[in-house]
Amino acid sequence: MSKPKLATIWLDGCSGCHMSFLDMDELILEVAERADLVYGPLVDAKEFPEGVDVTLVEGAVGSSEDLRKVREVRERTRVLVAFGDCAVTGNVPSLRNPIGPRAVLETVYLEKPTHNAQIPSQLVPELLEEDLPVHAWVPVDVYLTGCPPSAARIYECVKRLLDGEAPETVSEAVAWKFG
Amino acid sequence: MSEVRTLQIDGKDVAARSDETILCAAEENEIHIPTLCHLEGLSDVGACRLCVVEVEGTPKLMAACTTTVEEGMKVTTTSERLVAYRRRAIEMLFVERNHICAVCVANNNCELQAHARNVGLDHFELPLMHPALPVDASHERFVMDHNRCILCTRCVRVCDEVEQAHTWDVAGRGTGARIVSDLGMPWGSSTTCTSCGKCVQVCPTGALFEKGRSISEPKARRPYLPYLVRVKERER
Amino acid sequence: MSAAAPAGAQPPRASANVCQAASCLAMGSAQVCRALEAEVAAAGLDDVAVRRVGCLGLCAAGPLVEVPEQGRIFERVLPGDPSSREGLLASLKGEARGGRPVASDPFFSRQVKVVLERCGTVDPENIDDYLATGGYEALAKVAGSMSPDEVTSEVVKSGLRGRGGAGYPTGLKWRTVAKEAGAAGKFVVCNADEGDPGAFMDRSVMESSPHQVLEGMAIAGYAVGANRGYVYVRAEYPLAAERLALAIRQAERRGYLGARVAGTRFSFHVELRMGAGAYVCGEETALIASIQGERGTPRPRPPYPAASGLWGCPTLINNVETFANVPSIIVRGGEWFASIGTERSKGTKVFSLAGAVKNTGVVEVPMGLTLREIVFDIGGGLAPGRRFKAVQTGGPAGGCLPEELLDMPVDYESLTQAGSMMGSGGMIVMDDTTCMVDVAKFFMDFCRQESCGKCVPCRVGTHEMWRLLDRMTRGVASRWDLEQLESLAGMVRAMSLCGLGQGAPSPVFSTLRYFRDEYVAHIDEHVCPAGSCHMGTAEPAAAGVSPA
Repeated sequence: MSKPKLATIWLDGCSGCHMSFLDMDELILEVAERADLVYGPLVDAKEFPEGVDVTLVEGAVGSSEDLRKVREVRERTRVLVAFGDCAVTGNVPSLRNPIGPRAVLETVYLEKPTHNAQIPSQLVPELLEEDLPVHAWVPVDVYLTGCPPSAARIYECVKRLLDGEAPETVSEAVAWKFG
Repeated sequence: MSEVRTLQIDGKDVAARSDETILCAAEENEIHIPTLCHLEGLSDVGACRLCVVEVEGTPKLMAACTTTVEEGMKVTTTSERLVAYRRRAIEMLFVERNHICAVCVANNNCELQAHARNVGLDHFELPLMHPALPVDASHERFVMDHNRCILCTRCVRVCDEVEQAHTWDVAGRGTGARIVSDLGMPWGSSTTCTSCGKCVQVCPTGALFEKGRSISEPKARRPYLPYLVRVKERER
Repeated sequence: MSAAAPAGAQPPRASANVCQAASCLAMGSAQVCRALEAEVAAAGLDDVAVRRVGCLGLCAAGPLVEVPEQGRIFERVLPGDPSSREGLLASLKGEARGGRPVASDPFFSRQVKVVLERCGTVDPENIDDYLATGGYEALAKVAGSMSPDEVTSEVVKSGLRGRGGAGYPTGLKWRTVAKEAGAAGKFVVCNADEGDPGAFMDRSVMESSPHQVLEGMAIAGYAVGANRGYVYVRAEYPLAAERLALAIRQAERRGYLGARVAGTRFSFHVELRMGAGAYVCGEETALIASIQGERGTPRPRPPYPAASGLWGCPTLINNVETFANVPSIIVRGGEWFASIGTERSKGTKVFSLAGAVKNTGVVEVPMGLTLREIVFDIGGGLAPGRRFKAVQTGGPAGGCLPEELLDMPVDYESLTQAGSMMGSGGMIVMDDTTCMVDVAKFFMDFCRQESCGKCVPCRVGTHEMWRLLDRMTRGVASRWDLEQLESLAGMVRAMSLCGLGQGAPSPVFSTLRYFRDEYVAHIDEHVCPAGSCHMGTAEPAAAGVSPA
């Protein structure tokens, strides 16, 4: 029997959740033993594969590219984990919501730069009107709060899911706090 | 003159003074009812609704902080319905303003955050409102960040009832309601504020804080309030 | 400016009673009055009086003029259109033609007037008119020859229940306040903060017969042992406030208010307080805060105002219509009043009939009349080609009742059982072009804007429910939104601090109960069966999101 497929993906977040994931120390060896890590910032795969069992989604959905990715992930994943506060609540990236993307771009690219001030328009995805949590766009199975979630809770969450535990009971078991 | 009343809270027979609230009687008997706008030393307003309980014979839910005990009362503080409603109320407080725990001065010392954890609130079903709200940093020592305010009015009450300056009040209505200083003037220009900092101490979230504090620093020293009230009463 | 005939002269042979209430005034009835006076004089009709009176009832057809001697009411007597006065002038000359016959037109003939007894017959700005029709007789009788307990007993006997909405027995309330010690005094408050959308009965009563309300208050003051009263009237009713202020001055001058009421040792002082535009100030604890000069927000009850109201004193709060019923109860007796209406809902009820009905206006009917009789007989039914769909009663805390319930008697219990409520008396008729989801949205929008913001469930819950309803009317909602709506509605009803929040989900509950298929059509088929909602394109699962 082949090992379950595990993926991670990084959307609008700071990568802190992935850092925390790596912070598992030797336990990461156990995860590697239990599952095939098929996609993620730590893996050299270009395409998000089909038939993934568990995907940890870090970050909020802030751009058209984030949205495309999260929809693809949802389609190809059995259990989707909103991984960390950005994915769960929008967190820091959502601080831009009250003022809207235009004001953010103007401040960053037009007001602040000392030379060559322009808003990039080529090869960069468009910002969405609002930076929203993952479940605002696609169904989420497990919410793993924390900024970042501790390595111990990430391990707990992944282990239980790999053990085949129901997402609802995993959600309850790993519930902690925001921030 | 207060008399003794006997009642049942969660099936437990308890005795209380006739002028005590259900909340008070419950606390004395180690039955903990969640509260947010309530703070010992201040008057009660029954605004946050977290402390609502079921009272046998009454179809309505009663706020434990403002309902006085009655002889033979049968009170239920925890039921499936109450837990679900309280959870919803906490969720509502989160979605109506911009609560970003990770970068909040009150992180890990926040009563709202603690409530969310206690009820296992791990995401919001209601959409976030993301209102554009001001931060008033005009005061020399303190900041009022409306993004984190839950309108519990503890600051309003402590300023009025204990400091007796009445710098704070509420303006506007519905989701547009705001805590204001001196009829809507910037806090820094207030002529009534004594800079005593009591409002900062009683704030359950990170809405009111001292300048220079950063994320997750313990800030509030709330238990001092009942002593202060007692001292004030003695002075009078 | 009352009877044109000088004192001692013959009473006029005919009179033109020109309505001077707000809606007719807005259509130019003040000018109509002047034009009529000139025309009557020009025609040499010395024995005809042109009189200024209160509301004649058919508010949408104003300006209205009644010729009581002929039993006719003339509609749309416009100031700039002399031809609109032809029938009226002929009628004043003695010809029976034109207008609507009061005796046989069901709009008038099916009504029973107790509260509105003097509306449209007396000059609201003249205390003599009120006195000439038996005004202040009840107060004089009470203060002069009855004990407070006898007064309360008469009100208890009448079975009168609060006309402001909840229907609490008035006599019981009076008795409670009367029993309180009230060492620092007691108060009587008249709640005239009528704010339900589509409700204008209390305005009409205050504008048409202000003394009647004041007399009721003074009688209540005597019964409960209060010497001071406040009328809390909303600032949006400037004419009502003006007429009440005038009536207070007149009554004080004639000795019916102030020190030594009607020559007795009882004193009763009344002051006006203006509301500043907050609907929630109709809630009694918020109203009290507002009169005290504080922010008008409700507080949890108990303590009820009867025990601790204005400045901590025992306070009796009744609605305009409740007080307006009192003088008649005293004069004619509680038993007489109790003989009108049903077993548990005694007397009459004033409704403001509005919406898709032919006869829009203020009507008074005995309790227990059916909705059908009110809407179709008195209201004259709907415009040709339009089908009845629902009638909304009880304002934002009430509900929409469908065709199946048209034969239901209008009383407190039946309306509550049907998922609506009596409320203050707004009655809005809706036809087949009205979308019930949109109606629910309208009322929720009202509540979210009028929520004071003190308690969380109402402040956020009404906003969230409005948002979900808005999504439905735009055709972007899912079944999940409907589930959320129902769950929120239950939570907001149970958790809110005051009646505003507790009642806010009612229009949602009642429309879901009777018109669930319309919700389903909006959600599953993106179709508005009434054709009134503009359906947009699909949106993502989350709200407030613009599609990428």
